[in-house]
Amino acid sequence: MLPAVKNYFQKTTSAAPLAVFRVFFGTMMLISIVRFSLHGWIYKLYIEPKFFFSYYGFHWVQPIGNYTYLIFIVCGIASLCVALGYKYRIAIILFFLSFTYIELMDKTTYLNHYYFISCVGFLMIFLPANAYFSIDAYKNPTRAFLRVPRWTIDSIKFLLGTVYFYAGLAKLNSDWLFHALPLKIWLPSKYDLPILGDLLQQEWVLYIFSWSGAIYDLTIPFLLLYKPTRWFAFALVVIFHVLTRVLFPIGMFPFIMIVSSLIFFDAGVHQRIIRFISRLFRIDYSRIISKTNEKSYRYKRSLALPVVGIFLGIQLLFPWRYALYPDELFWTEEGFRFSWRVMLMEKAGFAEFTIKDMETGQKFMVDNDDFLTPFQEKQMSFQPDFILEYAHFLGNHFKEQGHKNVGVFVKSYVALNGRLSQPYIDPNVDLMKEKESFKHKNWILPFNDEIKGL
Amino acid sequence: MKYLKFGSIVVAFLFVLSSCKSNDSNESTDNFDRGAMLANWADNIIIPAYTSFDSKVNDLKTKTNEFTSNPTEGKLQDLRNSWEAAYVSFQNVSMFEIGKAEELRFRNRLNVYPTDVPQIEGFISSGTYNFDLPSTIDAQGFPALDYMINGLGENDTEILSFYTSNANATGYKNYLQKLSETISSQTDEVLTSWTAGYRDVFVANTASSALGAVDKFTNAYIFYYEKALRAGKVGIPAGVYSNGVLPQNVEAFYKKDISKELLMQALDATQNFFNGKKFGGSANGPSYKTYLDYLNTIKNGEDLSVLINNQFDAARAKINTLKPNFVEQIATDNSKMLETFDELQRNVVLMKVDMVQALNIAIDYVDADGD
Repeated sequence: MLPAVKNYFQKTTSAAPLAVFRVFFGTMMLISIVRFSLHGWIYKLYIEPKFFFSYYGFHWVQPIGNYTYLIFIVCGIASLCVALGYKYRIAIILFFLSFTYIELMDKTTYLNHYYFISCVGFLMIFLPANAYFSIDAYKNPTRAFLRVPRWTIDSIKFLLGTVYFYAGLAKLNSDWLFHALPLKIWLPSKYDLPILGDLLQQEWVLYIFSWSGAIYDLTIPFLLLYKPTRWFAFALVVIFHVLTRVLFPIGMFPFIMIVSSLIFFDAGVHQRIIRFISRLFRIDYSRIISKTNEKSYRYKRSLALPVVGIFLGIQLLFPWRYALYPDELFWTEEGFRFSWRVMLMEKAGFAEFTIKDMETGQKFMVDNDDFLTPFQEKQMSFQPDFILEYAHFLGNHFKEQGHKNVGVFVKSYVALNGRLSQPYIDPNVDLMKEKESFKHKNWILPFNDEIKGL
Repeated sequence: MKYLKFGSIVVAFLFVLSSCKSNDSNESTDNFDRGAMLANWADNIIIPAYTSFDSKVNDLKTKTNEFTSNPTEGKLQDLRNSWEAAYVSFQNVSMFEIGKAEELRFRNRLNVYPTDVPQIEGFISSGTYNFDLPSTIDAQGFPALDYMINGLGENDTEILSFYTSNANATGYKNYLQKLSETISSQTDEVLTSWTAGYRDVFVANTASSALGAVDKFTNAYIFYYEKALRAGKVGIPAGVYSNGVLPQNVEAFYKKDISKELLMQALDATQNFFNGKKFGGSANGPSYKTYLDYLNTIKNGEDLSVLINNQFDAARAKINTLKPNFVEQIATDNSKMLETFDELQRNVVLMKVDMVQALNIAIDYVDADGD
């Protein structure tokens, strides 16, 4: 290893930023889970539907009826324990597993934000986030440390930076930059916002939003890293995310991003946050300090660093897998998910399925309402992997009902970023004969336009 | 110092942006006003359509009473005419499943077909039934009335005998009366809710979210067009969703010769609504059409309102090729039914996919937008 690199990995830094990150992350997650259940979404999304869309290879992850509530309870308690730093290692593992399980139950609800939380949860398993300002450290002073390896904090910065930067790269396409799409679709309908509502009707304003969004995503990691611009960058983070919260129904995510970007600040800022929290909850700050070990945290086994290294490496490479597929990414969505393509397109579709007896030629159409919720139907109708999975579900369902020689065909139309809808899936292909795989789905009809860009 | 410069440029830019706000709000009177569209819908279309329907329904109730107090062939014919007029008029309000109508499941209460004859006969012979129970929806409304005045026998004499010489003639008369009364009381309830407050709630709810009136109403409107009009009136009886045709699922199955009229009325009503045409008048107000045209000035996209109107016209042309009696049409040449279904279908795509996207209508209240 190069001396400089080796030197870097031996550097230590104050444990305070990591501790504050843990407290905020756990708290945010707890609020998210509570909010989710208060909206009645556990029932609506995971118990009410008759059928769930699975991620390829994760079909075994299914909601477990009324016990699904238990998974959310586990996830909520784990979040609280993470925030408190109580039995941290077990708590963060449980959090990661339960949260990821929830997300894998039905891909209808896929959001980049949720994937981001799973990624952070996984990363935090390997970080000594309970070394400071935690119940663990308070109860066992031999585990309390003032300093932690510097790379542990940098790994979070790296992940956050990747999310922003890749989201920015994804915006460098002709629809976003030269047609202000999909913002032209989304923003004019927010006409009822005070002051902003009128502005959002102006075409030039929509271009400014598009361009500044792209510039923001591409530059913010660097503005946060560079000390002289840091406060200014943080102000931008707040403005940007508050704006997205006002404009789009994206729940807790903006607040999660705002508190997460605090990780870029120096230890001093975090010490002040810790003192503030201590005062707020009447915690004796001096006693926490007095128990803290002057030495810095050292990993006993050398497993953490390689795992985190490989994980971050995957994060860097995985989003580029779309380049291996032919055709337009926005149209086929092959390699679209898990690549920080956030708020990039507006897609809507219509898909009606025909069940055909391949011998007699008898056929009938399916009413999607019999099997899917409106939300599921919406998401299904413009994503090929959903369409294929649903077609197989329908085929098997009607086979069980006694239909023979079942073939499943779909008539579908999709509109992408305001273009007029066009046929989406080859209506002559028997989807029962097609299997899900990582290969290109050649039964997706070509996109009659071109979107230039990365 | 470079960063400071950059910072000040951005800050200055933000100032410019915020100062524009106050200037622009004066000249931005050309903004599309969802509130004005909702007001046009409520004041010029929905409430007048319900008012007109309500008077037809009251007449239906009167004619039913006149018939049951003195069942003659002439009174039966009067009742039929009144039923037909009300049924046609219903096609103008069936799409407004929001507010009280949504709460009552108005469309289901008034127009689930085919009607359940064994259940009706069971209710008549037992004399006990509660139309508020969801299990009774296919024994009430216009289709049940259709059976009671057109389907009980082969001819008028036979039908009349159920109300005169039948051992349980009182039971039949009571059931008939109850059917008309229920339609009437339900309609009164919906109309009253609109005129006594809901109108203002509806018009004021201009939010652009799944809970906003425009989004909710649009989902209901497209659902009606897709499921009740396209599938219910044409697709299901033509056998699109089954192995083989289902002529018994035709709307107004016992009357037989008005299924085309009902479909046409429904198509006209949905198209007029799309264009914001005043009910019973000719003036057009703010509507989906004007909203799409307005958005098009921002987006420079396809002229969606023209495409949708053309498609309505194309569907109308196909409907015109059909026989008045769909049972007969299905028996003689079902392909015309299927062609009509296909023409109606294209507008489902244009409205459910393209229009919903253009208007940015939310279908559900979850964290999901554009990601």
